[in-house]
Amino acid sequence: MKIQKILNILTLLTGAIAVTSMSLWIGKQSYSWLPPQAAAESLLIDDLISFLVTLGAFIFLGVTSTLMYSVIFHRAVKDDFTDGPPIEGNVTLEVVWTAIPILLVFWIASYSYQVYEQMGIQGPSEIVHLHNPLAMESAYAAPAKALAEPIEKIDVLAKQWAWVFHYPERDITSTELHLPSDRRIRLALKSQDVLHGFYIPAFRLKQDIIPNHAIDFEFTPIRPGKYRLTDSQYSGTYFATMQANVVVESPEDYQQWLAQAATQKPSPAKNQAAAEYAQTSHQSVQTGWVTVPPAAPPLVNSPG
Amino acid sequence: MTNVPIEGILLPDEKHNHESPSSWKEYFSFSTDHKVIGIQYLVTSFFFFLVGGIFAMVMRGELMTPESDLVDRTVYNGMFTMHGTVMLFLWTFPSLVGFANYLVPLMIGARDMAFPRLNAVAFWMVPVVGILMMGSFFVPGGPAQAGWWSYPPVSLQNPTGNLINGQVLWLLAVAISGVSSIMGAVNFVTTIVKMRAPGMGFFKMPLFVWAVFSAQIIQLFGLPALTAGAVMLLLDLTAGTAFFDPAKGGNPVMFQHYFWFYSHPAVYVIILPVFGIFSEIFPVYSRKPLFGYKVVAISSILIAVVSGIVWVHHMYVSGTPGWMRLIFMLTTMCVSVPTGIKVFAWVATIWGGKLRLNTAMLFALGGLVMFVFAGITGIMLSSVPVDVHVNNTYFVVGHFHYVLYGTVTMGLFAAIYHWFPKMTGRMYSESWGKIHFWLAFIGTNLNFLPMHPLGLQGMLRRVASYAPEYQFWNIIASLGGFLLGMSTLPFIFNMVISWMQGEKAPANPWRAIGLEWLVSSPPPVENFEETPIIISEPYGYGKSEPLTANLPE
Ligand code: HEM
Ligand SMILES: [Cu+2]
Ligand SMILES: [Cu+2]
Repeated sequence: MKIQKILNILTLLTGAIAVTSMSLWIGKQSYSWLPPQAAAESLLIDDLISFLVTLGAFIFLGVTSTLMYSVIFHRAVKDDFTDGPPIEGNVTLEVVWTAIPILLVFWIASYSYQVYEQMGIQGPSEIVHLHNPLAMESAYAAPAKALAEPIEKIDVLAKQWAWVFHYPERDITSTELHLPSDRRIRLALKSQDVLHGFYIPAFRLKQDIIPNHAIDFEFTPIRPGKYRLTDSQYSGTYFATMQANVVVESPEDYQQWLAQAATQKPSPAKNQAAAEYAQTSHQSVQTGWVTVPPAAPPLVNSPG
Repeated sequence: MTNVPIEGILLPDEKHNHESPSSWKEYFSFSTDHKVIGIQYLVTSFFFFLVGGIFAMVMRGELMTPESDLVDRTVYNGMFTMHGTVMLFLWTFPSLVGFANYLVPLMIGARDMAFPRLNAVAFWMVPVVGILMMGSFFVPGGPAQAGWWSYPPVSLQNPTGNLINGQVLWLLAVAISGVSSIMGAVNFVTTIVKMRAPGMGFFKMPLFVWAVFSAQIIQLFGLPALTAGAVMLLLDLTAGTAFFDPAKGGNPVMFQHYFWFYSHPAVYVIILPVFGIFSEIFPVYSRKPLFGYKVVAISSILIAVVSGIVWVHHMYVSGTPGWMRLIFMLTTMCVSVPTGIKVFAWVATIWGGKLRLNTAMLFALGGLVMFVFAGITGIMLSSVPVDVHVNNTYFVVGHFHYVLYGTVTMGLFAAIYHWFPKMTGRMYSESWGKIHFWLAFIGTNLNFLPMHPLGLQGMLRRVASYAPEYQFWNIIASLGGFLLGMSTLPFIFNMVISWMQGEKAPANPWRAIGLEWLVSSPPPVENFEETPIIISEPYGYGKSEPLTANLPE
């Protein structure tokens, strides 16, 4: 049946083209599923995500359309309990089908590796416990764009449930994280009690903060604006309230803010966890289960 | 009349009280019949599935609005902790062990498990675990609130100051569940290695048996690590030791290594039997041999092996150095190779077959499609830079629910429908089954698909309140969740009515090939009058070979 064969090939070809163009389109869409790109690292990560979404869509659509084709065209007629063709395997096909995922894995892994190298997010960790095998130096290379930029150093303290930012050069503290744009930032992350996680979705960056470990964390904000910092590692009762504003501004505005804050006297910051803890809750279901009391609200020059 | 004799193992004749397992009272009493125990596991775990489901409803109710306004934050935290724990330790693990208990001896032509009494003891520990977990709601301070992974130091904070608190009960329950699982693992591995009927070489075993075998080997090497971690945490919590408590110089990250060294492979303990279920179901309802049987069998073992060296992918952002992040990225991605082989084999089995879309097949097909989706998001998560963004967000929650609901739970339902006639001797109602399938399939996707955009946007997991811009997808997810909750009603209705007054089932209603279909429905206490002699490979559809030399086909 020559015609039958040509028809089959045509069907296959149209299917392949449809699946390919569909997945390319979905891959393009993936950028719109993400928050604004506010750090240099987010550009790299978004390209990687888009690549993986394209590839994933291709695989998913390929498998599901094959299955759908079978479900529609290979149904048994009612009461027909006879068997299908007893095909048990096909060595060539099986070898090809093992080789494809292996190649894909190496492709995805090496692309991911490159992106990770370029990000260079985790600086050398200060080792508190010398016997701890985990605190080794990490691969560390700044993104090309920010190589020559000066580094801005900020201390970050996380506690149940508040963020405190300390700017050592001017010795000021704040509950709002101000960052100059287009500068390499190096944060020294510390926790006072439990595990917390430093996460700014607009930067696509995250790092756990571990008590007794000083962890350096580097990145480069590139887009002025106001973003949210959240705690990404579950830290107890008021975990969800542990948020802070992140303000990315031009280096001039940033200097101005620092100077202005330095003139301010320290005062207790507002804190949602402390406020909720102080007032009896107005939820409809209450059990009165006890909770760890929030740490005292930090004293800051700039309450944000 | 007897199985291959093995020293030190009770032979069937000595151990059974020869009562028929069809008396319902036996299901509530101490029995050593593997079929009764299997059903005991299934019914018990389904009860906890409903309990875990109610916790999920409370959470989805809370997440309908951005504010924390339905329940206290402490209650919400207890809910997600207990939901995760119950669904894993009291639903997926025991229900799959239930199937393994019921099916493995039948599938390999044995009359029972190798150690029937140990088997019964292992089962009865499950209700004990359940009682401890539920009891923790009634101690002052409520149940554990540190998440199902109980990372210290949060899990070491004990605001009530009581020695008996939710976290202690939780740790005891997990430890007991571990002991029960180890007993089960020893039993399964011994049974599969030693009690196969004559002629059943390893490469004549059904793939469900291969899958159970691989999964139980993981239990043997992994559980000791989890148990050690849990005991150390318990000592920190109650006896003042300082393994993990940073306030006393301990290292909380060490706990994460103990925990994930077991708990990553544990996900394969759950998913491998489901792969086995798929491999049993697709050939029957496609009426074709399983494509690439040997490769699929070997890939189960490969998955078990590789799963032992990937645990750090849960800890990329947890102070893990760069070189370690990258090594574990590569090993994690390698899991997709044996997994991809399986998916390809199933698709090739279905391709060109004569498909019969009854309820069991629908659930298996739906589960397969959702597994492919979960595998793709899994690869994305294994890529370090992507995980740095989405770790601990709803993207991860979406991923593992596509696995645990989309694949495992759908696969369990497929198995329940497929073997229902065998277990109960009754047929189920296809139309109720199909209603159940469509509610579950639509509900699952409505519930868990929106979690991916939420996670990409940065919404965190384990939060009782969230920023208003996340509300839209949360409402869709909650509606999907309530639909999923409702989908269990036609299922329960169907199972109860069919079990009581369904049409009587013949021995082999699906015209399936496999030893379990050669005995009556339900099977007699001794399984096989005569030990079967296996003469051909499984899944001989279209080749019309007899499977055994001595039993009627
Ligand atoms: C193709 C195979 C799979 C890959 C590549 C994969 C990859 C991953 C990765 C990298 C994570 C960590 C994400 C994070 O914490 O940020 C993860 C989480 C998870 N996976 Fe998978 N996975 C796969 C299959 C499975 C299977 C078969 C199951 C269960 C039956 C499963 C259940 C889970 C669970 C429960 C979590 C969340 C754990 C937690 O963080 O609480 N995954 N997966
Ligand atoms: Cu925190
Ligand atoms: Cu894992």
